[in-house]
Formats: sequence, structure tokens, C-alpha cells
Amino acid sequence: MKRVLPWIVPVLILLAWQAASNFGLLRSQIMPAPLVVAEAAWRLMRSGELWTNIEVSAWRALLGFAVGGGIGFALGMANGLSSLSETLLDSTLQMVRNIPHLALIPLVILWFGIDEEAKLFLVALGVFFPIYVNTLHGVRSVDPHLLEMGRAYGMSERSLFLRVVLPGALPSIFVGLRYGLGIMWLTLIVAETISASSGIGYMAMNAREFMMVDVVVVSILIYAALGKLADSIARLLERTCLAWNPAYAGV
Amino acid sequence: MNVALMDRVLDTEFPGSADGALVALHNVQKSFGATRVLHGIDLTIPPGQFVAIVGRSGCGKSTLLRLIAGLDQPTGGSIMIDGQATGWRGSVRLMFQEPRLLPWQRVLANVEVGLPKTSDRRERARDVLAQVGLSERENDWPSVLSGGQKQRVALARALASHPRLLAFDEPLGALDALTRIEMQDLIERVWQEKGFSAIVVTHDVTEAVALADRILLLDEGQVAMDVTVDLPRPRRRGDPAAAAIEGRILDRLLRR
Repeated sequence: MKRVLPWIVPVLILLAWQAASNFGLLRSQIMPAPLVVAEAAWRLMRSGELWTNIEVSAWRALLGFAVGGGIGFALGMANGLSSLSETLLDSTLQMVRNIPHLALIPLVILWFGIDEEAKLFLVALGVFFPIYVNTLHGVRSVDPHLLEMGRAYGMSERSLFLRVVLPGALPSIFVGLRYGLGIMWLTLIVAETISASSGIGYMAMNAREFMMVDVVVVSILIYAALGKLADSIARLLERTCLAWNPAYAGV
Repeated sequence: MNVALMDRVLDTEFPGSADGALVALHNVQKSFGATRVLHGIDLTIPPGQFVAIVGRSGCGKSTLLRLIAGLDQPTGGSIMIDGQATGWRGSVRLMFQEPRLLPWQRVLANVEVGLPKTSDRRERARDVLAQVGLSERENDWPSVLSGGQKQRVALARALASHPRLLAFDEPLGALDALTRIEMQDLIERVWQEKGFSAIVVTHDVTEAVALADRILLLDEGQVAMDVTVDLPRPRRRGDPAAAAIEGRILDRLLRR
């Protein structure tokens, strides 16, 4: 019963939506009926168009996330562990952080055109900051008592990092990871909608040109599903890696 | 205040133990900036002796312990352990006021922290966990243990590498009265079995008298009293001879 409960409201909304369309309360040009949308999705799947676009978008998202997240993680660690590195870099990074990364779109188009690099750059830049800030915060909030214990018990710098600093910073890094995933999809949607020749965002914009509202809705739903999927994977990882933490034990 | 109260202990009186470290402090000083915390401490602890250091808060007792454990460096003077000035970090273990277990490692892995990376590491950790009576909790996370159990795991971690000197920094301060007595008995038992030298810093004079062969009273960075507690073990709580020693130390602490 517990597993069914969360699905009751979405199913009711779908039924109401279908009914409203059937009774002519919703014009199909504004919002097509769920069955029409499902039919469109089926059509796109059969033609293979949907898969190609999902693949393109997912690849952009993951690559951008890996690049931006990787750099953010590395710099967060470096600045958390070394005060020299932090003094040198942190204030600069905090200044750049205050520029909304989507404001750079005109500049990015000038630099890279509408090629892959433009989207990768934007996604990486968007993902960088939440991962950076939370990694830095995580390293800083590692209990100094535990570090002292590790040193007193003869841990090398390497095992101190692997057994104390990294696991201690992990809960905070996961917060950054989940936040970064949200920004990843958001950035990609905007970038693909504005300038792209493939991907889900392009599929939606292209469909708009031909007034295929059903395809537009399919695209939006695909974005939602991919976002939810990424978040679920992050939560699963969180539960596995943070099983020691009573705050995550029952989640 | 009254220098006549200062007792002297003859090191030769103590039988000694081959498994304990000989600790020798010569004119040890420690300053933090302009604040002088320790004013030249001279102290010899024969192998296997159980020493308690008592004093008011801020008297420098924890500082002294951290110097002996090698966590800080003295500003002046020398600390020799088994006749050596350096290289003894591995034979000294410190038990902290808090358990300081790694919350992301299970109990057994936490005990392994105290051991070098050898192939029989796991077995040795299991053995020592059994000695503190927590064998059946080896796969638990530290967060599900009680305060007393956590300190027992910390004790196992400290014991695991067979230290020649075990230093305790008020390890029982946060425990309730009954758990405290149980832990004191456990510490006394393993100390008798293993023969390491032990230094326990505490503000609880009763605890000092219950555990120690010798009690040092630290006042304003100097040893103000050095008392031998020559009572048979195991010591019964409420023993009149123990109470007399306790009274004398408390009088000095409270400057009566």
C-alpha cells in the first residue's frame, strides 16, 4: 500500500487531463490528450528519432557534468586542504560564481558557435560551482578531532585523506552532486532550446515550428524523466555510501 | 602553597615491568605565545607504573599529556621514552576525552586503525575487541553504540598495537557513574595483564586514587604534589586509607 500511495495523485491528474481533452475542455493546440502524447512518443521511438536525441542529450549532460564536476571536486579538495591554494583561488572563484552562467550564452555562441563545445562549456560551468562549493565546505567541516586521532595513530597523509577527509566530506559532496545534477539538466535544456541541431531541446523547438504540440510535450516529459532518473541514481549512491550516517539510514 | 606537602617518590621502590616504557621528562616547558603553561617539569615514570595527573582545569595537565604522547612539541626541555628522544611515537598511544571513532567505519575497522597493515591485522583486531568484551558488535556502526561501548572500542584501538605507554586524557569524563566504574575496572585489568606504563589525566581525585600507583598534582605548570598510593588491588571503593589520600589531595587542590 505504501508503494502505491505516491502514484495516486499523478494517475488522477492523468485521468482528469484525458477526460478534459475528451470533453473538449482542452484544445489540442494548447495541450494534447495524454493518449495523443503517448502515441507521439511511440511514433518517435519507432522511428528511432527519440533514442538518437536522448543519446545526444545524455552524452552532453554526462560529459559536461564529468568535466565541470571533476574540476569542481579537484579545486574544492585542493582549496580545502591547502590554505595557500585557497587564498590564491577562492576569492576569484567566488566572484565568477556570482555571474549567472546562462548570461554567458551570447558570448559562448560567439566563441564556439552552436557546436558541441558551447553546450559542454555551459553545462560544465553550471555544474562546477555547486560541486566546488560543497566539496570545499565538506573538507572544511571534517572533524579536526578525527584528523588529530588519525595522525596520533600513525596514519600516512594518503590514508588520512582516504579514510578521514574524503568520507568526512562525502555527505556535503553528495549535496553538491544532487544540486549539480539539477543545474546540469536546466543548463542543457536552455542551451539546446536556443542553439542546437540535435538533442531533446532541438526536437522540441523543431516540433514547435510545425505546431506538433504532442512532440513538444513528449520532449518536456523526457527531460523530467531523465532528471528524475539522475536524482534516483544519486540517492541510491548516497544511501550506499552514507549507510553509516544515521541521517541516511532509513531514507 | 605549602612546599612541605610535596611528597617524593623513590623510583627504585617500584617493581617495574618489561612491557612498559620508561618515561623521563627533564625540565619540560611549554608556552603558547606569551602564556607559559608548563614551567619546567622533571619527572621519571618507571616501566609499568600507573600514574594519575590531577589538577584544576587550566593547570596544564592535558598539555603535559599531549607532549608525552607526541602530539605537540615542548618549547624547552626534553622528553625521553625508553632512553630515546625521538622515534617512539609508535609505542605510545593516546586515548582521548571523546571516543573519536571514525563514524564511517564499522567497529572492527575502527580497531584496525590502531594496527599496522599486516596480514593478520583483522585477527589481531578481533582478539583485542574480545578483550574489551565487544566481539559481537564488530559489524556495527559506531553510531549505534552507547557512550561506554564507544570508549571501549577506543580502548581496544589504543591497545591493539601493544603500546608500551598508554596515555588517557580524561577518557571517562563523559560517562555516567556506573559505566565509569566499569571502565576503570576494565582499564585496571588490561593494565595488569599487559604491563604497559599508564598515565591518566583526570579531574576526578577518586578515580585517580582508585587506579593509580602514584598521583601527581599539577598546579600552575609545576608538580605541586607527588603521592604514592600504596594500596592493594583491586581497590574497594570507600576504603578509609584511599579516602585519606583523596582528602589530602583535595585539600591541596582546594587550598584549604
